Amino acid sequence: MSALISIARRRLGSWAFNGIAGAVLGFILLPLVFVTWLAFFRQAIPSFPPEGYSLKWFFAIGDNKKFVEGFLLSMQVAVAAMLIGLAIGVPGALCLARYRFWGREGLSSLLLLPLVVPGIVLGTSLYVFHVEAEIVTGLPVLGSVAAMVAGHILIVIPWCVRMVTASLAGFDRGIEEAAQSLGATPLTTFFRITLPVIRPGIVAAALFGFVVSFGNLEMSLFLVGPGRTTLPIAILQYLEWRIDPTIAAVSVLQILLIGAAMVATDRFVRISRVV
Amino acid sequence: MARLELHQLSKHFGSTVAVREVSLDVGNGEFVVLLGPSGCGKTTTLRMIAGFVAPTGGTVRLAGQDVTALPPWKRNAGMVFQSYALFPHLTVEQNVAFGLEMRKVPTAEIAPRVAEALRLVRLGGLGERLPRQLSGGQQQRVALARALVIRPDVLLLDEPLSNLDAKLRETVRVEIRELQRQLDITTVMVTHDQEEALIMADRLVVMSDGAVRQVGTQRDLYERPADRFVAGFVGRSNLLTGRVVAPGRFQTAGGLTIACAGGAPGPSVIALRPERLAMGPAAAGLDNRLPGTVEIVSYLGASIDVHIRVSTADRVVVSQPNRADGRVPSEGDKIDVGWAASAAVVFADDAAATSA
Repeated sequence: MSALISIARRRLGSWAFNGIAGAVLGFILLPLVFVTWLAFFRQAIPSFPPEGYSLKWFFAIGDNKKFVEGFLLSMQVAVAAMLIGLAIGVPGALCLARYRFWGREGLSSLLLLPLVVPGIVLGTSLYVFHVEAEIVTGLPVLGSVAAMVAGHILIVIPWCVRMVTASLAGFDRGIEEAAQSLGATPLTTFFRITLPVIRPGIVAAALFGFVVSFGNLEMSLFLVGPGRTTLPIAILQYLEWRIDPTIAAVSVLQILLIGAAMVATDRFVRISRVV
Repeated sequence: MARLELHQLSKHFGSTVAVREVSLDVGNGEFVVLLGPSGCGKTTTLRMIAGFVAPTGGTVRLAGQDVTALPPWKRNAGMVFQSYALFPHLTVEQNVAFGLEMRKVPTAEIAPRVAEALRLVRLGGLGERLPRQLSGGQQQRVALARALVIRPDVLLLDEPLSNLDAKLRETVRVEIRELQRQLDITTVMVTHDQEEALIMADRLVVMSDGAVRQVGTQRDLYERPADRFVAGFVGRSNLLTGRVVAPGRFQTAGGLTIACAGGAPGPSVIALRPERLAMGPAAAGLDNRLPGTVEIVSYLGASIDVHIRVSTADRVVVSQPNRADGRVPSEGDKIDVGWAASAAVVFADDAAATSA
């Protein structure tokens, strides 16, 4: 009898668990589902039920110069910020994980700080900094692509540091010593042993760095120069005047792009092992 | 294959002395085990031989060459780590081939040498696997093959068996020993397991507190321990504290007077192996014969331990082989204990000397 009750209780427990998990998942996915659905509506003013379906909003993206330019700029900035962020974040994470030095805790917090500072605050301070820098150096800092990349590097670094640190957590330093006892110099050891072993962390860092930079709006608002625009800014500006499903179509493309990147990287490394 | 010579090797970490002037000669093809409790400096010594730790003083000579200042990758030492430290992203074959690639061995030569090394450790056919697809014992053998394939001057084993289960450990230690004999390779192993050390070594180095306490064969350490620490660490000993009152005469803390061989007057310790003691009628006619009372009898299977109190302060353990016809005393029995004066080893009591 009591056994039956305990089984029934366990059943009930697992139903409740699955129910809650399903509800949360639905809550997360619902906006994505609606945006995707909306992108195929025929009418210009979204309303239910749809009057019919069409692909025209997808074609409309290509005709909109701002979207195309914004996409290209976002792409350039994200790739550059990701690569430079990796070049700083990976060695940084290695140093933090391996060496005990004065100011280590402080440096660790500093590298993660951009994650905590609100984007608006970061954007404002960078803007002021760029103005001052331009006055002092006389170089065209304000609104330049380089300055924007520099800003984005700031928000990419925390992800690189976190991902690589996570992948170093279970790292057996013995394998580096083993490589050296077998005749590998420290440099060879790094490229033949260390780097391949933490590769999943680096790939995950690259992916997250890219996504964070590509989708950034608040900080970029302060950093774009006149006549330039990133994709998120282009979307925002479009929304100020119109609400037709072009926005939904752009969002769908962005979701597909990032989703594809995740699936592709997950094929090479199990990101789930690091994140 | 080569000689390994350590000369007054020391390592200080700040004010702590991890290794204190260790000198040791390991002959060609010899298997030497560094034995001691954790923190005795044995691993640091091994790591100085491998080149991972820079000595504070002293020299390491390998195959006649002073390698003290050389980094690990320029020493020809093969090392097996406690964690095995296999490269997780490389297959078994690639793991074993790594050292050959680093040594710029011609590509055509690598595959046969890798295959040979894997055959030697009986892992032929598993070359394509990744380390995580192997059992602990197999991983251990890959680590061994990887260290041997480079034909090192010296093979260094850092607690190589500690991650294996007890059953496997028994077979693997014999396998490693056989392989070492067959290849005639100079070997230094570190362990805290005295049984393992006794089984595998040609010669043992007992260390404690960073210093070498005694170097010798199993028999040397067991029959003629250099000090109280060795007597207690290698095998079991009854330790009776007291003082040597005159040459050949020892007085225990409990007031017993015992005949012993040698010993300088002063605070001393007598070490007696439990199986060198005789009880009851067998004790008759021996140099020392003391009346006592049986306090504890432990039945251990192959042998029986009898704890006998011989004075208020002194108790000895007598180990008696478990024979079919043997009489086992019971607790509370009055019984005589005896031993030959030559069976006891006398040391100056360094503990009393340092605390005084």
